[in-house]
Amino acid sequence: MLEVRSLYKTYEGKPLLTGISFTVAQGETVCLLGASGSGKSTLLRMIAGLESPDSGFISFNGLDLAAIPPHLRDFGLVFQEYALFPHLSVSDNVAFGLKMRRMDQSKIAERVAGMLELVNLKGFENRNVTDLSGGEGQRVALARALAIRPRLLMFDEPLGALDRTLREGLLDELRSILRKTQVPAIYVTHDQEEAFAIADRVLILHEGKIIREGTPAGVWANPQAVYVAEFLGLGNVLEGKVRGKKKDGKWGVGSEFGNFIVRCSHKHSKGENVRLLARPFEVRNEANVLRGVVSDVVFQKDRYKVTLDNGLYLYVKDAPKVGRKISVRVKIECLG
Amino acid sequence: MSRSKQAHTETRRQGIRFSLSTGVPVHLSTSHILLWCLPLTFLALAFFFPLSKIFALTLLPSTLTPENLRSTQHVVFFTFYQASLSTFLTLLLGLPSAVLFSRFDFRGKTLLRALTAIPFLMPTVVVAASFNSLFGARGLLSTFHSFLFPLSSDIHSSTFTLHPFAAILLAHIFYNTTIVIRIVGAALSTLDPKLEQTARSLGADPFRVWLNVTLPLLRPSILAASLLVFLFDFTSFGVILLLGNSQFSTLETEIYFQAVRHFDLPLAALLSIIQLFCTLIFSILYSHLVTRTPHPITPRSTRPLKPQTLRQKLFVASLVILLSSFFLLPLASLPFRSFARLEADRGQRGEVQYGFTADYYEELFVNRRNSVFYVPPFQAILNSIAYASATVVLSLLLGFPAAFALANPTRLEKILDPLIMLPLGSSAVMLGLGFIITYGKWLASPWLVPFAHTLVALPFVIRTLQPAIASIPQRLRQAASSLGAPPLSVWKNIDFPILRRATLAAATFAFTISLGEFGATLLIARPEYPTIPVAIERFLSQPGGLNYGQAMAMATILMALAISGILLAEKFRLPNSREF
Repeated sequence: MLEVRSLYKTYEGKPLLTGISFTVAQGETVCLLGASGSGKSTLLRMIAGLESPDSGFISFNGLDLAAIPPHLRDFGLVFQEYALFPHLSVSDNVAFGLKMRRMDQSKIAERVAGMLELVNLKGFENRNVTDLSGGEGQRVALARALAIRPRLLMFDEPLGALDRTLREGLLDELRSILRKTQVPAIYVTHDQEEAFAIADRVLILHEGKIIREGTPAGVWANPQAVYVAEFLGLGNVLEGKVRGKKKDGKWGVGSEFGNFIVRCSHKHSKGENVRLLARPFEVRNEANVLRGVVSDVVFQKDRYKVTLDNGLYLYVKDAPKVGRKISVRVKIECLG
Repeated sequence: MSRSKQAHTETRRQGIRFSLSTGVPVHLSTSHILLWCLPLTFLALAFFFPLSKIFALTLLPSTLTPENLRSTQHVVFFTFYQASLSTFLTLLLGLPSAVLFSRFDFRGKTLLRALTAIPFLMPTVVVAASFNSLFGARGLLSTFHSFLFPLSSDIHSSTFTLHPFAAILLAHIFYNTTIVIRIVGAALSTLDPKLEQTARSLGADPFRVWLNVTLPLLRPSILAASLLVFLFDFTSFGVILLLGNSQFSTLETEIYFQAVRHFDLPLAALLSIIQLFCTLIFSILYSHLVTRTPHPITPRSTRPLKPQTLRQKLFVASLVILLSSFFLLPLASLPFRSFARLEADRGQRGEVQYGFTADYYEELFVNRRNSVFYVPPFQAILNSIAYASATVVLSLLLGFPAAFALANPTRLEKILDPLIMLPLGSSAVMLGLGFIITYGKWLASPWLVPFAHTLVALPFVIRTLQPAIASIPQRLRQAASSLGAPPLSVWKNIDFPILRRATLAAATFAFTISLGEFGATLLIARPEYPTIPVAIERFLSQPGGLNYGQAMAMATILMALAISGILLAEKFRLPNSREF
């Protein structure tokens, strides 16, 4: 099990990571989600041992890693640009880590063949890595990282350089390989769909801190923070003012878009400023209603994205006419 | 005219312009043939005709005798030996330095990098004199030693002098380390750091990362740098002649000895043909290597970082100290020695008067009866400046038409372009030998020297002018004339300002090349018309502290002239032109 505890790192005099703590259990895939420049890759490099933290503590199975150089950590790394050795063939790339471990020549060949089969690249042994397509290159990088039977796998935006369809296919494959091998993995990305598709647990990194941690479904259902709701694009974030507590324990909140009734576990006082998340989907039997005049309608496969003149947006099944006034029942929750 | 027709003519006109600017062969024009008249006649007379004479002399049965061939053997062997050893040692210093400059950021980095590049731009006599001023029998280290241990022995048999062969090797490292830093450093800084990081995570310790990833990926650049360094060491003349104390002979110096000291022109010709073939093979290998990149690497510039770990700090600190002392000491000791009196003056036996003096400079203006010249040594400086000025005029006169023709290449230029660069690949001593063999009866005239210098300078002049001429945008000219400017004022307002800088840069190049030219000049210069480098060589080969001091003074003057030349050329250089 990997444990990271209160990690601090400054970059060019500015604090980059301020007190990062999390764990990765055996067989678990943890996704680090954050905007570019949030320090995700630096965190990964520190776990790999390629950079050292200013302070803090990284351990694996209870053993402090501070004094262990990267080549003795047995952590596999997969980069966005694959970082394949251009002077070596496909099989020599996969065999690289095994050769560094001075493994038997025949055992190496066996392991390499097995790995290439695992990533669906049987028969690619003698290919030049510079002749591979993006998807093939990333599979070789994965096979190379898996070949050393790593104790932990780390992915740094591994699918960022690939186009959409290829990315979805490779993501499914990656998930099944991770399940099959049961290697714990840290997956760094800025793409929420990728993160939700592959992660057992998601960590959202913002301004040097992990501001939200949970299962994809849990984070989706309950973002808890304005940044999380905005970054994940969960809906309209509204400013409101607490009007008072209802008898049933719900709060009445007023805003420029109308008055809402919000269920909330926070303690609020009257007149307090709060932020609300208005999910953009129509939900029957909801008490809250968003209203406005349609200013734009965009077709999005199974739905239409409707933008209103007051800046709110909604997803609806049937396209309304531009200029029509509509009202839609939606779920509204409190972001604190 | 209809709109569509107008558009059609417009695209056609653009099409023609396009083919001109991209260098697709256009029909041969008489104007191009006229442009080539002068430069080609010069090359034929100054290079190809003498070269054919050397060939003819070599192929005579009386030249290709067994004993002649046997006597070249040890020379060829030693040339290869010293060049290989020098190249190896240059890599030994150059590779860590390349890592230093491409991976690390430290204070004074730009300055140190410039310092390592200076020797490459210095005339060989200056480098040789600098090393002599530091390590020679009358050099600073030697006199410092005898100053500390006055009883040990007198100055001239002091043990504290560098072995001549070691001095040669050091001077070659001094000269060429910058090549390794430039070529390998450029490759290093475009190497994706993720490759090394991946290798680390796969279980390779730092040494095996270097061995299995970094080194194989750098191999083409290391090979290219080595070959170029080898080529320069192989053809090195001034350093070997001036630091070797006549104990060592390479192909270059042996050509000189045979031609000038033993008057054995056939043997000199044979040697120079061997030399020509060797350098030709290395040049072909080099250009082959440069045009072919075996591993396409996605270039990714890595930002140099401040040294982090203790090991990195030690590496940076020790290499910075080593490099700055290795490159600064000889360059600083030359001017210092030229002003320092470290031994007994003329007629002043015994007591040594230490101190600073301008004697060596003042002596340059005196015509002593038993001096090595028939004229005051100062005359050499005037000669050099006269020769250099003549070289500037001649090389611009010949360079401009050639550069104009090359800037708008036709099929003719495709053939002529490598041809005019040929003198660059041949050794200066061979050019001098060609002049002796072909124009021996005119050797008494001082006019052969500027012609030889022009031959050496012409490729540089053309390569400086050509991109400037090609860079003048046609569209600018057309825009100007469409705005109503007559042709003369177009030339005045568009062409002239762009060409002025390039012309000044080319002139500076020609001037400094002529000032420092040593190999060819030594063979053809008349004793009564010495140049600065020739004077330095004569002073150094004469006994006595005064002669030595004057050599130092003369070399210091040449160094100052060369440095001002470099600074001037740097000022006029087009911002986007490359150095190598």
